[in-house]
Amino acid sequence: MTPDNDPWTIVIIMGLAGVTVLTRSFFFISSKAWTLPRWAQRGLQYAPIAALAAVIAPEMVMTQGHFISTWHDARLFAVAAGALWFFWRKGAGQAVLGTIVVGMAVYLPLHLALGW
Amino acid sequence: MFFLRSNYGHPEFRRGALDSMSAAPGLAAWGLMTGVAMMKSGMSTLEALLMSVIVFAGSSQLAAMPLLAAGAPMWVVLATGFCVNLRFVVFSAHLRPYVMHLPLLQRLATGYLTTDLSYVLFTSRYPNHGGDAGQLRAQQAYLMGNCGVNWVGWVGSSVLGVALANFIPAEWGLGFAGILALLGILFSLASSRLRLVSAGVAGAAAVAAFALPFKLNILVAIAAAVALCLTLEKS
Repeated sequence: MTPDNDPWTIVIIMGLAGVTVLTRSFFFISSKAWTLPRWAQRGLQYAPIAALAAVIAPEMVMTQGHFISTWHDARLFAVAAGALWFFWRKGAGQAVLGTIVVGMAVYLPLHLALGW
Repeated sequence: MFFLRSNYGHPEFRRGALDSMSAAPGLAAWGLMTGVAMMKSGMSTLEALLMSVIVFAGSSQLAAMPLLAAGAPMWVVLATGFCVNLRFVVFSAHLRPYVMHLPLLQRLATGYLTTDLSYVLFTSRYPNHGGDAGQLRAQQAYLMGNCGVNWVGWVGSSVLGVALANFIPAEWGLGFAGILALLGILFSLASSRLRLVSAGVAGAAAVAAFALPFKLNILVAIAAAVALCLTLEKS
């Protein structure tokens, strides 16, 4: 039932693992002493939240590379419910877990039953 | 690494593991659906398992699948993986002072294991790198506790997805739980006005620049958000 193993594909997959190491350790490789300029160090404190927003925003408001054109999208309601939960329960612990659970509890019925 | 005693014996290891556990169910659902997607794209079971266990980068795996299915040349697949992963090059510049005290092999392994989630949680717990050996040890232990949970969760759930590929339709959209997990982490980072600006600008830029190849929209979005925040900071 499953396709045959292709040796060349396996080589490429190993190469991709190498790419993961190379990109994630890119500036760890050389041990020559250097430091980032001050402005870059300050700027990097805004990078983590920017990276998260950049990764998730298209997944929330786009379909097949286009901005969604309807409110009938389960993701919007899931994000809204998750956000409400998070800011209501903020500081109570496990707010992230609650965001996932509440979001999916809204997402799945809308998506599966109504096809949104 | 998470199997080194200096790390797992440290109290910060537990803390790091706990912090990543709150997001783990979402990421596990995402891993599960990545496992399913690999099998549906026409990979063999062995190829899909190998990819789950060693590549450890969801976005580059998803980008590589259609290329592998179409029989694209090796350099195209690897170059695409590199471009999709470019944000990690930025993260490595940020994390450099935290790891340079380690030997090369451990630095490479640390980088390899540090995903978006670990980078974000780690820099939020440790905004400044340690000044002495004890602090550096605590930071490394935290990071490895965090990465250890992520690695086990991601690999375990992807392998499960490979095994259950015929029973879980992609149309259910379970992978959206991964996006909700990252959304929750984003909320917990939004501790200042400028950080909110950073998130808003990056989100809008990533959508606006979505048509760029190789997911370069993410890199453009980070650059735009950081540049704008630096400008606002000064004024």
